[in-house]
Amino acid sequence: MLEALSIASVDELFKDIPESVRTNGLTLPAGISEAEVVARVKKLLGTNKTAEKLPTFLGAGIYDHFIPSAVRAIQSRGEFYTSYTPYQPEISQGVLQSLFEYQSLVCELTGMHAANTSMYDWSTALGEAALMAHRIHGGKEFVVSRAIGRERLQVLRSYTSGIGLLIKLVEFDANTGQLDLDMLKSQISPETCGVYFENPNFFGVFEEKVDEIRSIAPSVLVVGANPLSLAITRPPGDYGADITIGEGQGLGNPPSYGGPLLGVFAAKKEHIRKMPGRIIGMSKDAEGKRAFCMTLQTREQHIRRQNATSNICTNEALVSIASAAYMAVLGGNGLRKLAVENLTAARELARSINHLRRFKAPMFKGAHFNEFTVRSKIPYSRVHRELLRRGLHGGLSLQDRFPELGHVALFSTTEVHGEAERERLVRALGAIE
Amino acid sequence: MRYRQAYFEEPLLFEKGSNETEPLTDGLLPRSLVRESLNIPNLPENDVMRHYTHLSEMSFGVDTGFYPLGSCTMKYNPKFTEELSSLPEAARIHPCQDEETVQGALRLMYELQQMLKVISGMDAVTLQPSAGAAGEFTGLLLAKAYHEDRGEHRTQVILPDTAHGTNFASAAMAGFEVIEIPSKEGLVDLEALKATVSTNTLAFMLTNPNTLGIFEPDILEIAEIVHGAGGLLYYDGANLNAIMGKTSPGRMNFDIVHFNLHKTFSTPHGGGGPGAGPVGVKEPLESYLPVPVIHQDGNDLKLDYDRPKTIGKVHSWFGNFGMFVRAYAYIIRMGGDGLTRASERAVLNANYLRSRLQKVLELPYQELRKHEFVVSCSKLKERGLRAADVAKRLMDFGFHPPTIYFPHLVDECMMIEPTETESKETLDSFADAIDTILTESPDVLKSAPHNTAVSRVDEVLAARNPILSWRMWQEQKKADSEKPQ
Repeated sequence: MLEALSIASVDELFKDIPESVRTNGLTLPAGISEAEVVARVKKLLGTNKTAEKLPTFLGAGIYDHFIPSAVRAIQSRGEFYTSYTPYQPEISQGVLQSLFEYQSLVCELTGMHAANTSMYDWSTALGEAALMAHRIHGGKEFVVSRAIGRERLQVLRSYTSGIGLLIKLVEFDANTGQLDLDMLKSQISPETCGVYFENPNFFGVFEEKVDEIRSIAPSVLVVGANPLSLAITRPPGDYGADITIGEGQGLGNPPSYGGPLLGVFAAKKEHIRKMPGRIIGMSKDAEGKRAFCMTLQTREQHIRRQNATSNICTNEALVSIASAAYMAVLGGNGLRKLAVENLTAARELARSINHLRRFKAPMFKGAHFNEFTVRSKIPYSRVHRELLRRGLHGGLSLQDRFPELGHVALFSTTEVHGEAERERLVRALGAIE
Repeated sequence: MRYRQAYFEEPLLFEKGSNETEPLTDGLLPRSLVRESLNIPNLPENDVMRHYTHLSEMSFGVDTGFYPLGSCTMKYNPKFTEELSSLPEAARIHPCQDEETVQGALRLMYELQQMLKVISGMDAVTLQPSAGAAGEFTGLLLAKAYHEDRGEHRTQVILPDTAHGTNFASAAMAGFEVIEIPSKEGLVDLEALKATVSTNTLAFMLTNPNTLGIFEPDILEIAEIVHGAGGLLYYDGANLNAIMGKTSPGRMNFDIVHFNLHKTFSTPHGGGGPGAGPVGVKEPLESYLPVPVIHQDGNDLKLDYDRPKTIGKVHSWFGNFGMFVRAYAYIIRMGGDGLTRASERAVLNANYLRSRLQKVLELPYQELRKHEFVVSCSKLKERGLRAADVAKRLMDFGFHPPTIYFPHLVDECMMIEPTETESKETLDSFADAIDTILTESPDVLKSAPHNTAVSRVDEVLAARNPILSWRMWQEQKKADSEKPQ
């Protein structure tokens, strides 16, 4: 190749880089063999205490569910995972149909008409939803339930800082854990472009007065949901949500220390041209065969640049495909069975913990899904350390997030815990002095 | 080599299985919450497996063939990094776990940050942004925080006309006015830049080499102009694969840089993602980085949230950890020498292919390119052909088409990035295919592709009549059937 270019060495190809900015190689160690890399990374990561060795009762939006091997097998098909954004539809029909099916499955779960192929995670989906609410309504205020994850609120603030959206919070009822509707009413103004609440909320509590919330919210209603819960509960589309978002990680993807995740994003039909992100549409090829392609691209950055609805380009497509495969493997009834199993297990676990002298669970009266709050009479930091000592990881302390609640932690359980693990947890909690 | 992609008349999942919903037991949920039906099909696992096997065979990845998609760095994805990222020690750890139980994960992230600092010549790195565009957005929030901390309210982001579309969109999303400056001979026009910078300049965003694959030789002067006006210089890391070990954004006096781990560091592109877009900064910007920051405390690593000047968060947790494992494994496998060789080889491959294609297509501007180059098909217009026709026809030869119609300043362009992982034989077969295609009759090109699962897809129809879900399609079919004949 050097000969074809009439050069003596590859250095000549870098002669356009001025001496003044040249560097001489990288001060990193020399490369090592594949076998050495594998051994080194395994050793490094080996110090992590995984859910296999340390039964972990954490949730807060990220759930460790059992993943059928078929999902991994599908996701590992090289044609899927080594491809990129399907700009050329003729050669990418498989990826496109898989993503169209993902959109369709999300629409069925959420009761919406349109979904994009993904946002990065639930938090950025919330940020994008607020921006979209502003595009639809024009108002400069966005009203948000306080019973949401702190991370989501932080990302929401980052995403909306550019347009200067004012975020107004609504408290939860101290008894039920549900949205305080009087306060919601008082926070609404003509400038309110949208209202956001979660169902189930951060405490695992279902909002029951959804129709009332819809009637109070004058503009764009954004609902955040655990997609698995939607297999058995009334979907947001049913009670008039304009946008439904959520974290799709739990549908067939491991927690992976918090990423990659899957920002679920679905909207009403009338809003499709205001949506962010990649969207796949159904069309036909030149011979009239059914075919799929990316569509409504004039919303996107590579066409519309600074007037795009979002800057997103690379997204979480493979996670979407895995989630669709997971839903297909479980089927509608399998998803419902799993949701019921998780709900029931959480309910029974809460009941058992509640029987212990030093704990109250759940502390809120509203109906729960797969997680719940535990109030402790002793500092939760001590409970946490004692559990760790006994080879268990307790729930998430809410001390920093909701200091007014006192010694409270958020516990979650899924089907990866057997009865034995849950019993171990209850025994360990009971043994704490 | 001719190519024949599989085609299956593959039904949608919804067309395959029964959606009969089993009822819930009473008393499980308050009645107002209960969902009675869920239209998700119930299928045997082997049917699901076959469905996706068929669909995968109607897809094309780096594992299938040459994928010279410009600006996307579609290099081979080594398989061991996939395996490592799915180990339980990487996959089954929760982001809220006690720090003492995830020291391995924190160590890997900390070391990856160190390595990215060395590669980029920057002083501090955050791994949090999920993709390149998220990195840009984060970088601009950092720039804003930096200026505001100095009592300056700057509102303009300057971009060359060769910039990636995400640069424009990220700047707008962060709330800034976008000022575009035209290029001169494919390079930043210094006079135009001088005339544009002001006390209102937040940052100038640039990738070097630029999207034409040309190295901007006046980079230090560019930095001086931007810094002279008090602005910051932002490096779009999409093209980092061209320069590792040869120069660095830090050395070129950039203040902020994002990396695309899915490009330069070979984490797979997954049909569109996930990627990862870490951001590196020079010391004056360090205190604004997103929380948490990993810091060393004796032998332990801790997550520090107590950062008063932080911009906050741009991802729920710490970013796409699964990608960090892959990139980390890739970097230590390659080593400093290997990464430098990767850039050398990427540039050699690009220039070799450029030298072959410039014989048959127009090459605007100078000859020497870095890791990618842009050719124009404008001469084909005389025969009624466009760049898209060449691109579509390339698929029949088993190649993924290059990026087309970007950058905008070159008419009928194709942007070609072969990457370092392709052999001379592959490059030659691609160039041979272009040679052949240019001799073919216009009809063959205009009706291409012929050997893919489907023929040309009607994208106009898809946009005019959006069918975005099974549900929308069913409603449309119903509405159509009810229309009076």
